[in-house]
Amino acid sequence: MNDPTPGLSIDSDTGVEVSLPVAGPGARAYAFLVDWHVRAILALAWYSVAALIFNGGFRFRPPLTNDARWFIWVVAPALAIYFLYHFALEPAMHGRTPGKRMAGVRITARDGGIPSAGALLTRNVFRLIDSLPVFYGVGLAATIATRDHLRIGDMAAGTLLVYERVDVLAPAVAKRRADNPLDAAAAEIIGELLERWPTLSTEARAQLARQALARFAASSPSIPAALKDDDAGLHAQLQGLLRGTSAT
Amino acid sequence: MNASARQHALTASFMQRADLWREALARSRRLAQGTTEDAGDATRMADDYRLLAHDLARARRLLPDTRTREYLEAAYARAHATLHHGAWRLREALLRLFRDDIPEVMWWLRPYILWSTAILALAASAGYALVHRYPELIALFASPDLIASVDHGRLWTEGLLNIVPSSVLSVQILANNIVVSLFAWCAGFFFGLGTLYILGLNGLMLGAVLAFASQHGLRDQLLTFIVAHGCVELSVMCLAGAAGAAVGEALVRPGAAGRIESFRVAALRSGKLLAACVPLLIGAGLIEGYVSPNPRVPVSAHVVIGVSYWLFMLLLLSGAVFGRRTAAPR
Repeated sequence: MNDPTPGLSIDSDTGVEVSLPVAGPGARAYAFLVDWHVRAILALAWYSVAALIFNGGFRFRPPLTNDARWFIWVVAPALAIYFLYHFALEPAMHGRTPGKRMAGVRITARDGGIPSAGALLTRNVFRLIDSLPVFYGVGLAATIATRDHLRIGDMAAGTLLVYERVDVLAPAVAKRRADNPLDAAAAEIIGELLERWPTLSTEARAQLARQALARFAASSPSIPAALKDDDAGLHAQLQGLLRGTSAT
Repeated sequence: MNASARQHALTASFMQRADLWREALARSRRLAQGTTEDAGDATRMADDYRLLAHDLARARRLLPDTRTREYLEAAYARAHATLHHGAWRLREALLRLFRDDIPEVMWWLRPYILWSTAILALAASAGYALVHRYPELIALFASPDLIASVDHGRLWTEGLLNIVPSSVLSVQILANNIVVSLFAWCAGFFFGLGTLYILGLNGLMLGAVLAFASQHGLRDQLLTFIVAHGCVELSVMCLAGAAGAAVGEALVRPGAAGRIESFRVAALRSGKLLAACVPLLIGAGLIEGYVSPNPRVPVSAHVVIGVSYWLFMLLLLSGAVFGRRTAAPR
C-alpha cells in the first residue's frame, strides 16, 4: 500500500515529518471544472429567478430602457457570484471549495498549515496570469513543469494543493486479541470488508468473504473451518477470524 | 519470545490505540471547522498532536504498508494543519493591515512609486506629443465613437447619464479599473515587462486623448471631467505599477533566497497595498459615475472632491486614518 503520489515532507515541532501528497494537474482540472459548473449554475439561477421576479412574468430579457434596478438586483449579483466565487469561498472554507472537496484536495501553506486569507486572495488574483492566453494555458503549463505542480498563483502565495485523504478508513482492528495470529495487513483487509459489508451486494460480499477465508483462515490454525456458507455464517466467520476466536 | 512473535505482540497492542486516533481526528476536524468552542478540545489538541506524531513514527516502522499508517498520516497532517492555523479575526486583521502593514509597504515601495509615476508621466507626455504632432495617430489610442464625438466639438461624456444610469456606469468603471490595477500588479510576473506595458499604454492613451481634446478646444472640459476621480485613479495606477515593479525586480534580481522564494515574498508583501487600492478605486468609480459626468455639479465642487479624496488617500496609505502616529515604519 505504498503511496504512489509524489509528496512533500515538512518538518514539524515533534520531530516527525508531515507527509503531504501533492495533487497534480488532473485533480486540479477536475476541481476547477466542478467549481466552474457550480458557480455557473448558481449565477444562472440567480439571474433567472431575479429576472422572473423583476419582469413579473416568464421573461428573462432586460428592460428596453436603462434601468439601474435591473442591473443592481439581477445582473450585478449574478456576475458577483460567478467572479467572486473563489475569492469568497476559499478563505471561508479554509482553502477548500465544493469542487476541491469532490476532488479530495485542499489548499495548504508551505508549512502544512491552513493558508492565511491574504495568501488565498493573492493566489486568486494571479488567476489573471494563470488564465492567459486562453483556458488557463499558463497555469496548466506551470503545473506540468514544476515539481510540486504549482500554478503561478501558488508560487506567489506560497501555497500548494494536496490530497486530503478523507476517504482513508479508520483501522477496524482494535478489538482483536493480542494473541491473534492474523497479521495487521490481513486484519485490515478483513476489517474493511466487514465495514463495507452492508454496502455490498449479497453475491459480491459472499465471494469476497470466501476468498478472504480461504486465504487467511488457513494461516490461523486457531480458527475453525467454515461453519455455514450462507450470508450470516460468512459474516460471523470473518468476525471470528478478526477477533481471533471461534465464530460458533 | 522470537522476533516474529514480539513484532506481532507489539502490533496488536499498538492497534488497541485506534480509538484514540479516531477521537483525535474528530477533535481536529471540529476545531478546524470552528464547530466547537470547547477550551478542553483546544487543550487536548496539543496532546493529540504529540500522540499522533508518536504513533505515526511507530506505524512507519511497524506497519509501513498498511492502511493504519495511511490513516495516521492523514490524521497527523490534519492535526498539523489545525494547529498551524493562526487565530484569524477579521476586525483585528483589517486594522493591522491598514494601520501597520500598508504604511510599511508604502515605505518599502517608495523608489518603485517614483519610477512608476515617472514612467506614466513620460508615456503621457509622449502620447500628448505624438497626437499633437500627428493628429491622425489618435486612431491608435481612442475608439471611433470617442473620435467622432470630439470631432463634433463635444466630449463623449456629455449626456452620458441620459444613456447609462450612474449606478451602472459606476460599477462598470470601478470593475474595469480594479481589473486593470490588479493586472498591472500581477503582470510584474513577466519580469516587470507586463507592468511596464500597462503603465506605458495607459499613459500614452491619457496623453493622446488630452492632446486630441485640446486640439478641438475641449481641454478644460476634459480636465473638469477628470479631476474629481482622476487624482486617485491615476495615483492608484502608479501604486499598482510600483507593486508590479517590485514583483518584477524580485524575479530579475532574486538575491540569495532564490527566484521563487523572492517572488513569493515580494508578491505577498506588495499585494497588501492592493488591498487599499481596491476600496479607493470603488470610491473613484462612484465619483466617476455620479459626479464627473454630471453637468449640474460646478467645477469648483469637482476640484474640491478630487483634492479631498486624494488627501484622504494619502491619510489612508500613511495609516493616519487608523491612528498610526509615526510616518516611518516601526
